[in-house]
Amino acid sequence: MLLLIRLIVFALTIVAALAGGEPALAGLGQPSPWQLGLQQSASPVMDNIIWFHDFLLYIITAIAGFVLALLIIVMVRFNARANPAPSRTTHNTLIEIAWTIIPIMILMFIAVPSFKLLFFQLNVPPADLTVKATGKQWFWSYSYPDNGGFEFDSLMLKEGERKQDQPRLLAVNNEMVVPVNKTVRVITTGADVIHSFAVPSFGIKIDAVPGRINETWFTATREGVYYGQCSELCGKDHAFMPIAVRVVSDQAFSAWIEDAKKKYARDEVLPSTTVAAGQSVPE
Amino acid sequence: MATIEKAHGEDQHDHPHGWRRYLYSTNHKDIGTMYLVFALFGGLVGGILSIGMRLELMHPGLQFFHDAHLFNVFTTAHGLIMIFFMVMPAMIGGFGNWMIPLMIGAPDMAFPRMNNISFWLLPASFSLLLISLFVEGEPGAPGVAAGWTIYAPLSTSGHPGPAVDFAILSLHLAGASSILGAINFITTIFNMRAPGMTLHKMPLFVWSQLVTVFLILLAMPVLAGAITMLLTDRNFGTTFFTPGGGGDPLLFQHLFWFFGHPEVYILIVPGFGMISQIVATFAKKPVFGYLGMAYAMVAIGGIGFVVWAHHMYTVGMSTAAQAYFVVATMVIAVPTGVKIFSWVATMWGGSLEFKTPLLWAIGFIFLFTVGGVTGVVLANAGVDRSLQDTYYVVAHFHYVLSLGAVFTIFAGWYYWFPKMSGYMYSETIGKLHFWLTFIGVNIVFFPQHFRGLAGMPRRIADYPDAFAGWNLVSSLGSYLSGFGALVFFFGVAHAFMRKQKAGDNPWGAGATTLEWTLPSPPPFHQYNELPLIK
Repeated sequence: MLLLIRLIVFALTIVAALAGGEPALAGLGQPSPWQLGLQQSASPVMDNIIWFHDFLLYIITAIAGFVLALLIIVMVRFNARANPAPSRTTHNTLIEIAWTIIPIMILMFIAVPSFKLLFFQLNVPPADLTVKATGKQWFWSYSYPDNGGFEFDSLMLKEGERKQDQPRLLAVNNEMVVPVNKTVRVITTGADVIHSFAVPSFGIKIDAVPGRINETWFTATREGVYYGQCSELCGKDHAFMPIAVRVVSDQAFSAWIEDAKKKYARDEVLPSTTVAAGQSVPE
Repeated sequence: MATIEKAHGEDQHDHPHGWRRYLYSTNHKDIGTMYLVFALFGGLVGGILSIGMRLELMHPGLQFFHDAHLFNVFTTAHGLIMIFFMVMPAMIGGFGNWMIPLMIGAPDMAFPRMNNISFWLLPASFSLLLISLFVEGEPGAPGVAAGWTIYAPLSTSGHPGPAVDFAILSLHLAGASSILGAINFITTIFNMRAPGMTLHKMPLFVWSQLVTVFLILLAMPVLAGAITMLLTDRNFGTTFFTPGGGGDPLLFQHLFWFFGHPEVYILIVPGFGMISQIVATFAKKPVFGYLGMAYAMVAIGGIGFVVWAHHMYTVGMSTAAQAYFVVATMVIAVPTGVKIFSWVATMWGGSLEFKTPLLWAIGFIFLFTVGGVTGVVLANAGVDRSLQDTYYVVAHFHYVLSLGAVFTIFAGWYYWFPKMSGYMYSETIGKLHFWLTFIGVNIVFFPQHFRGLAGMPRRIADYPDAFAGWNLVSSLGSYLSGFGALVFFFGVAHAFMRKQKAGDNPWGAGATTLEWTLPSPPPFHQYNELPLIK
């Protein structure tokens, strides 16, 4: 029994440390070794997710701790040695009502900030920029319909292609580039099977489903590179189609756009169907 | 006259021997035993697959699988085998078959021959799944690597080879097997209870089975429909799930989870029943709030049908739909809380004897609570946005299934092993098995919360190097639990070799259900005179 108690106390200590001491271990834009909690935030949505998650973590730790405490009390006080004569109590209306009503109240207490967060995430504000991400086996293609509609592929860098400071399985050859402090709308679709576009530090994850167009949004508050990974099983190389978003200043973004227009210019005129797919989203 | 007497008295109580006893069996105890042996085999295969995955994930990079496809085949097979060929056969086919007639005072199941086909469909089904591992799935690679959820279009255009067809047919047989079993159980429970045993006097284990089989009856046909559509999409040119022909991949997800969510309750609700029996037995006290416990299971089963899309928060559902599924899902926490607190209240004031089954039961109550509260976190679409498809989800469902359902199976195993075999197991080995497993699985699954929060996606064969630390911890934990499983098998062999007689009721005054009034093991046919319940 003692071992059980020690182990559980250890586990709970970790949970408590998780809510309190998070930033120390949490990576920004990518995970860090031995990280315990969510990645650091780089968008207003993620700020809210982190707050709400910590709020929930306190509640659930308290609940699990309460049940654990009850079990320990029961094991200590009501074992055969301590209490040889069992009671015959099988009903207590008051307590049965209490353990129905109190959880309902806790859930309502959770629901209010939960809905606030949900509506904040799902009401896409007027966007400064739209980027279309198409999931393909096994890479992402990004197109910039507001800037001439150029499109490019973003593939994971293999062994030997990476620079020293680039993380394995996360770094790509062509990053998606967006300006800082601008609202970016991301629209996603799948070209072959379902993929999912996720960037943890922005608090976004949206499936890329063939035949459908989904949308989400983020406003990156800090410059830097933010990594994510495909988050829906999509076949053999599902583990090897990362997402990399480089957040840059307005000037750098304009310069990049000019470059990209030339670099990714297509030789032929776009077939009309491709354009229609990009335009079918209501503005 | 004498010959007629004999016909009634002896010939119908024929006791076949050898292979006929099992292949042709119509005896609920023999069929239950076959289900349990089958589940042990399924668990062994599924467990070896999971150790294989943990070996691969122990260090960054690909070490054991030369391509990631094979790893995905392992995750897929592990999921399907553990669900359809381990937990369900053990809980419903095994303990359900064995104990429902004994507990309600019936001589056998209502449809003994149907019981036989229910079981024998399963080895056929398992064989088809095993065949699928060796035929082409993804182009040029054997096996189904689409996950146990077999989402279209990965399972259609993404898997041109016939492996998915074998898996679909396997699921069809497993589904047919469990639907037949469900019909049998419902009929038995409604019609064959001993005189005086009203529904409200039924042991909670029987209640839990009744709820479970209704879930099976209502959910499995939906799966059958969905995978039939998948089959025709793959082979006959229909386009239910193909956008090019006017179909929609999300239709499959809705159908799948309309089955899939009740399915997870199918996996755990019988466990609730076992825990109620065990806690009451070893507290030497009747179950606290019996009616609340019974109807909490009914409520969990009912609500379980209207929450399916909480598995799909990231597919692009409308705000209103997501908000609805958040509320509906959180409601489940209420009846679940009633059950947790009622178990604690049953032990409160009791006189607990820490025999092996009770250790598993108390371990279950705590670990199921941990898995339950992370379920409340995941129910909130807002934060699920960050956690969907990460290891947080893997941690959550293993806490409720691998540490929840499997703990109840072991609790039930140790509880009823003396009744079923007639032999007492060794408490020392049983407790060793418990502690190894308890520590092992917590080391495996608790760090998965950290990895999930940090963003590690599930179903990946290789991961960014930052995740290496906690992955190593998880892998070491899985070897410890694997060792625990060996101790379990040793304990079973030990008990059969030691042959220490258990007696009719090894658990004393707390064990009040009817099966403990019979000899251990019970006679081939029991209750020739029906017991009268007061």
